[in-house]
Parts: sequence; C-alpha cells; structure tokens
Amino acid sequence: MNVFLFYLFSGIILICSLLTITTRKILRAAVYLLCVLLATAGLYFMLNYQFMAAVQLTLYAGGIVVLIIFSILLTSHISHRFKHPDLVKLIMGVSTAVVGAGLVIATLLSHSFQAGSAPELPVDMTVIGTQLLSTEKNGYVLPFELISILLLAAMIAAIVIAKKDKNKNSEI
Amino acid sequence: MTGYAYTILIPMIPLVMFLVTGLLGMKWKPIVSGLLGTIGMGTSWVLSLITAGSYFFGGHHAEGFQTIIPFETTWLRFTETLHINIGVLLDPISVMMLVVITTISFMVHLYSLGYMKGEKGFARFYAFLSLFTFSMLGLVIATNIFQMYIFWELVGVSSFLLIGFYYTKPSAVAASKKAFIVTRFADLGFLIGILILSFVTGTFDFGKLTEPGTAIFGSAASMSFMGISALTWAMTLIFIGGAGKSAMFPLHIWLPDAMEGPTPVSALIHAATMVVAGVFLVARMFPVIHFQAPDAQEIIGYVGGFTSLFAAVIAITQYDIKRVLAFSTLSQLGYMMLALGVSGYGGEEGLGYMASMFHLFTHAMFKALLFLGAGSIIHAVHSNYMYDMGGLRKYLPITHITFLIACLTIAGVPPLSGFFSKDEILVAALHHNKLLFAVEFLVAGLTAFYMFRLYFSVFWGKDRHYHHTPHESPLTMSIPLMFLAVASVFAGFLPFHHLVTSDKMGFDTEMHMAVAAPSVLIGLFGIAMAWILYKKESAVPEKLAQRWGILYTATYNKFYFDEIYLFVTKKIIFNYISRPIAWFDRHIIDGFMVGIGLVTEKIAYQIKGMQSGQLQHYAFMFVAGTLALALSLVYFLM
Amino acid sequence: MIQGIPLEHFLIVSTIMFFIGVCGFIIRRNLITMLMAIELILNSVNINFVVFNRYLYPDQLQGHFFSLFIVGIAAAEASVAIALIINIYRKLQNIDVENVNELRF
Repeated sequence: MNVFLFYLFSGIILICSLLTITTRKILRAAVYLLCVLLATAGLYFMLNYQFMAAVQLTLYAGGIVVLIIFSILLTSHISHRFKHPDLVKLIMGVSTAVVGAGLVIATLLSHSFQAGSAPELPVDMTVIGTQLLSTEKNGYVLPFELISILLLAAMIAAIVIAKKDKNKNSEI
Repeated sequence: MTGYAYTILIPMIPLVMFLVTGLLGMKWKPIVSGLLGTIGMGTSWVLSLITAGSYFFGGHHAEGFQTIIPFETTWLRFTETLHINIGVLLDPISVMMLVVITTISFMVHLYSLGYMKGEKGFARFYAFLSLFTFSMLGLVIATNIFQMYIFWELVGVSSFLLIGFYYTKPSAVAASKKAFIVTRFADLGFLIGILILSFVTGTFDFGKLTEPGTAIFGSAASMSFMGISALTWAMTLIFIGGAGKSAMFPLHIWLPDAMEGPTPVSALIHAATMVVAGVFLVARMFPVIHFQAPDAQEIIGYVGGFTSLFAAVIAITQYDIKRVLAFSTLSQLGYMMLALGVSGYGGEEGLGYMASMFHLFTHAMFKALLFLGAGSIIHAVHSNYMYDMGGLRKYLPITHITFLIACLTIAGVPPLSGFFSKDEILVAALHHNKLLFAVEFLVAGLTAFYMFRLYFSVFWGKDRHYHHTPHESPLTMSIPLMFLAVASVFAGFLPFHHLVTSDKMGFDTEMHMAVAAPSVLIGLFGIAMAWILYKKESAVPEKLAQRWGILYTATYNKFYFDEIYLFVTKKIIFNYISRPIAWFDRHIIDGFMVGIGLVTEKIAYQIKGMQSGQLQHYAFMFVAGTLALALSLVYFLM
Repeated sequence: MIQGIPLEHFLIVSTIMFFIGVCGFIIRRNLITMLMAIELILNSVNINFVVFNRYLYPDQLQGHFFSLFIVGIAAAEASVAIALIINIYRKLQNIDVENVNELRF
C-alpha cells in the first residue's frame, strides 16, 4: 500500500511539474503546480511529518498558489496562450536539465547512504513547539526570529513596491 | 665700518617696483607705471652714489679697502656646514657695479619714457626693466657664489623677457629663445663649476674663497681629472658660464640677435650691464683663478683676444646699426676678458685687473650712449639700416654731437675716457703677452674704423627720402644722451688705480707714451680711412667689397657661425639624437600605454554583448557554470 | 521511513523535479510561470531536507525545521516577486521577461 502510494504521489509530482512548465495556458500551469504541492504534502504524511504536511497544505497550497492565481488574474487574460519558446532557449533549458539531472542522479546512486539506526522521535506539537522556541540544544529560536523579521520586511517591501505611484495616473 | 644697512634698499626698490607695476600696472594709465619705475630707479641711483661716495672717499684706505657685509641671512640650511646665504657684500668692484647699473638703468628708464611712448605693453616693459635691474643688482652684491648663480639665472630670464618684448614678431621670439638656450647651456657649465668648487673647498662664500693665502685649497691640489687639476676644471667651467653671458666666442651667437628687443633694452642689458656679468664673475673669482688655476686664466686671455678681433672684423661689414654696435660690444667685452687674462695680482702686477674694471666702467657709459643714440636715430628714421640713413646731422643736432663724442671715446681719442681705459689694457697686455698685445693693437684700429664708418654714413653723406622730416627726440630722450656724453668725456679722470684693484690696495700708474702714442695713431688712422671711404658717398667701398669677394661675403654673414650652429643642432642633433628619442617616446612608450587602453576597450566591446539584460541567459550561464564546475570536480579532480 | 522504499527513490524524484524547475525557469517567458518554476525548485529542496532527516537522523528534527523555514522564505519571496511583477506590468503592460532588459550595456 505504502509503496503504491509513494509511486502514485511520485508520478503525480513528476507529471504535474512537467506539465506546469510545458502547458501553454497560465491558469492551468497554476493548477498543475497546486497538484504538485498537494502530492508533496502527501509524501510528508507518509513520512509521518503531519505538521510539516499541514504547513505545506496551508501555506503553499493555500497561500502561495492563491497568491499566484490572484496575480495571474490581475495581469493576464485567461484565454491567453503562450507562444512556443525559442528553439535556442529550449535547447539551453532541456540540455541543462538533462545533464544536471544525469549528473546528480549518477552521483547519488554511486553513494551508499548510511541509514540512521536511532529510534524515531515522535513528532508531536509539543516537541515542535518546544524546540522552535527553545534556546537550549536543538533549539531554533534564532532562525525563527530571523524568519519573522524577514517576513515583516518582505511584507513592507511588497506593499511599497506594489503601491500605486501617487504622481502618476497609471491604470490598475 | 657699519652704517651701510641702507644698501639693502638699492636692490629692494626695483623689486617692489617690479611687483607693483607688474601686478597693478594694467589698471593704471601707462605713464604712471613709467614714472613710478623711473622715480624708484632714481632713488636707487642716489643711494648707490651715496654708497660709492662714502665707501671710496670717506675715511682712510691706507691698508686698502675693506670688504663689508652689512646684511646677511641664511636662506637655505641643509646641514650645519652646507647652507646658502643671501646678503649684501660691498667691496670696490661691487660698489662700482652698483653705480654702473643704477646709472645706466636710471638713464634707460628716463629715456624709455620717450622712446616707448604709446607702445603696447608700456607697463609690462617697465615691470621687466625693474625686474632686470633688481636681478642685476642682486648679482653684483652677492656674498656667495650660489646667490650669484640664483640672480644670474634671474638676469637670464629677464633678458629673455625683454628680448622677446615684441612677442608678436617671430624674429623677436626666435631671438629670445636663442639667447635663453645659449646662455642656459653655458650656465650648465657654471653650475657644474660651482659644484666642483664647493666640493673641493667646502664653501660657497666669496670671502673665504678669495682671501689671500687661504688654506682651503690645500686638499684640492691632489685632485685631478684627465690630467687636469680639479680647480682648473672648476674655473674653466665657471668661465664657460661667464662666457655665455658675456657672449664670448664661440657662445657669441645670441648677442647680435638679441638686438630684436627694444633699443633701450639693448643699451641696458646687451651693452652695459648683463653682458659684463661674465667679466664681473671672472673678476670676482680672480684670486682663485690666478693662483689656483693659471691654465684657466690663459684660456680666458686667449678667448677674449680672439673674440675681440673676430667681432671687430664682422662689425666692419654689417649694415644694421644695432648689429654694428652689438659686434662692437662683443669686441670690447673681449678686451675686458683679455685684460683679466693677462693680469697679475697685487700692485702694478694687477694692472690688467684694474684696466678691465676701468674699461668696464667707461664702456658701460659710452656704449649705453651709443645705443641710446642709435635708438634716437631709429626713432627718427624708423629703420635700422645704414643705407636708409644719411645727412642726419642737420635734423638731429643733439644726437649727432653725443654720438660723435661716443665714437671718439670708443676710438680711444685722448682725453676721452676710452683712451685711458684702453691704454691701460694695452699696457697690461704688452707686459704679459706680445701676441695678444698685437691683436688688441690691431683691434683698436678696426674699432675706430667701423665706428666712424657708422658715424659718417649715418650723419654725413646724402639725404635720403624720408617718409617725414626726421626730428630731434623729446627731452626725456636727449637728457640721458647728454648726461652719458658728459660721463663718457670725464669718466677717464677717475683715479681707478687707487679705487678698484685686484688686492684692494691703491697703486700709482703713469702714462706709457710708448703704448699710448701708437694706439692713438692707429685710432686716428682708422678714423681717417673711414673719412675717406664714407664721408662722401663713393663707389670705393663697393669696389673694395667686390675685390675681397669671398672674404667679404663670409664676414658679412658673420663667418657662417649661425649656420654652423643651425646645422649642428637642426641637422645632427635633431635628426640623429632627438628624432630617434622622440620616435621611441611616441611609438614605444606612448604606444604601450595606448595599446593597453585600446586592448581594454576592444575586449570591453567584445564582452559587453554578454551583458544582454536577458535574465534567462544569466540563469543559464549560472547553472551551466555550476554544472561544469561540479562535473570537473566529480570526474576529473576526485 | 517507509518500508520498502529506499532513500534513493525519493532523491531521484526530487532531483528530477528540481531540474524540471530549472528548465522551466530558462525556457518560459512569462514571469509568473518562472515564479512557479522557482516554487518547484524550492519544493524539491524541501523534500530532500525532510527525507534526509527522516532516513538518516530520525532522532533529530533539523531537516524538518529547515523545511519549515524554507516554506516561510518561499512565502516571503513569492509576495515580493508578485509585487514586482505587478509593478512591471504597470510599466510595460505585459510580464514578458525579455522586455525587462533595462539593465544591460
């Protein structure tokens, strides 16, 4: 069952990511991306990281994809179809991807990973919450604070950038 | 022996006048600068006369004249022993030079009020005159040889500025450049000489250098270079510096061209003061030259003798009156140098030294008079050439009389001053060197001849067709003429042998009839020859010139010395030395630098296409680069 | 860890996903599509972190937490990127990356 589910999700991920970048309708690309993210969340569930999966669902699938779709609606016509990409760019992109993927896969297959033998740590909310805000060993309060500042800065930046210029009367 | 502190004012007043008229002169009416300069110069003149009066005639001089240093300050201090002072030194020759310079300079200032009237750059002219006078005064009162060198160069600069006063005239520009480069070249020798001298003796100070029986040359005797002692080298090199300024052969080529400057400038700088700086320098270093470097003294004597003959011969054939006077100046300077070359030291022996200074003094008076007279003639006729002149005695009576006096003086007719000083030189030469005496004797005749050739063809002969009737010059111009004429007549009676001598002690001289009579006779013979040939216009000179043919042409062209110099500099130095260096500089050095710039620019043009602004190209390059690095790391390096 | 699934399979999936993202970033003109390609890349990295954590160091949570932070960063990045895209659209009336080429020689 698990094996089947893994290959199902993997298949969804691979096919949908490929479709995301190849489809010629932008809204469909966004939907395919959503599928990828959902399948990834499924993988997290299988790995027994429920909290991570939940974050993936809410933030990625819920937040970012909605944001993307929103901006698509702002900037594009739904019926708009992309032109085919340049041949040069196509060659550039595909060759990099093939070479890179080949290189990385060959490398990782030639390496034998030492599986950890320690017992699994139960990942419940208490553990996550304690470690996230702890200053002890295995505490992540510093990156946590950094991320919070980064998010604040990003929010302000987004507002400033996207704000309508008062001096100019441009549309939108 | 104090109380001479005011002498510092003598050079300072012209300096202040230079600064004032030079900086503010443009804003005033021109005449204001002229009057200011003249009044300042007059003050300096009066101060100099007072100095001379109290120095020469105030008090007893049984033990000879003292050297007085009323003012001295350290200007540059390098080490405890090596420092350069600036000060005022009074001894017989410097006091005499003060009088000469301020007198002539004041006369020229006064004269220029009339001569330069209405010229463009009147204020500039007066500023330069003041600068020159300041430098020249600083030169003669120098307490050490380095101060002298500094003012020496300043004199060269102001001479350059004044020769090139008409800077819109190409010939004036060329002449000023020529004068500057030639004298500068000679000054190089002077500088090297100073360095050798100070290296050997460890001092710049004139007092220490010229002290009789001084011990500072003790170590010098052993030093030599190429078989010639170091001091002879030093003195010869210093003499080369002096020869450059005094236009001795073969560095004489700049002086005739320097006549491109305004005539008062020629009178002041190129007849009376600056050109005698070389003579003064040799006189200043005389004890060193005489005792430590007798070979150098020989050279000085022969150079002087040759120059005087050479220049006198050329003067006979010239038509430009200022050039005749310029070659005459050269000839007379040769006399002075020769007198120094044949002089001994002390008492009667030092007759040549005394005669040289005496001739310097009288020559300054009558040569300035001749130049100012020539200026007056040029002012009236608007031409420099003799064949444009004739019969001027009716139109310019004052100029005529004063010019005649000057000609008689230079020809050595008694009892005018030139007779006395020239006679002393001939006596000194007779005592020491018969060959040089013969040369000078001949030159005395030539001098009389060419001066009266000039005189007769300008003031006698037929009238020419003048554009307008020539008229006598204004009073500002004729007063200096008359004053200098009086000075020329009576200067010969000054008791120079009591005042200016080699060891500062007076001695008694007497008339040497055996020398005086023949020299007067040959002078009169020269005058008579000129009378015959030039009093009335005749074809005889033409025929004579044709008979002498090549010799005449060669003389007329100054023996082609200018051409030789031009050939050496333009053809040889420019073509074979300067041009390859210039080529190397332009093509190799510059080429290398330009090449660096060009290569960078070319490369920049080639690679700027990569900066396409296409984000995806950048991304591709980045990923491809990373992959290439990873590939090489994984498969080739590990 | 999931019984019967070796670590390498996860890694192969994430690698392919990563390079699909890279490929998309290079060949797509539309800025929003490029943004989605970046999301793919980030997501594949996330998978890697989580899987390594689970398979190799099951007694710790470093990979887990880093994934969390990456999600946060992705959110921030997406918001700023979209603000930029909207601004570009205002200026150029389209969001073609080839037109965003002011910064060149």
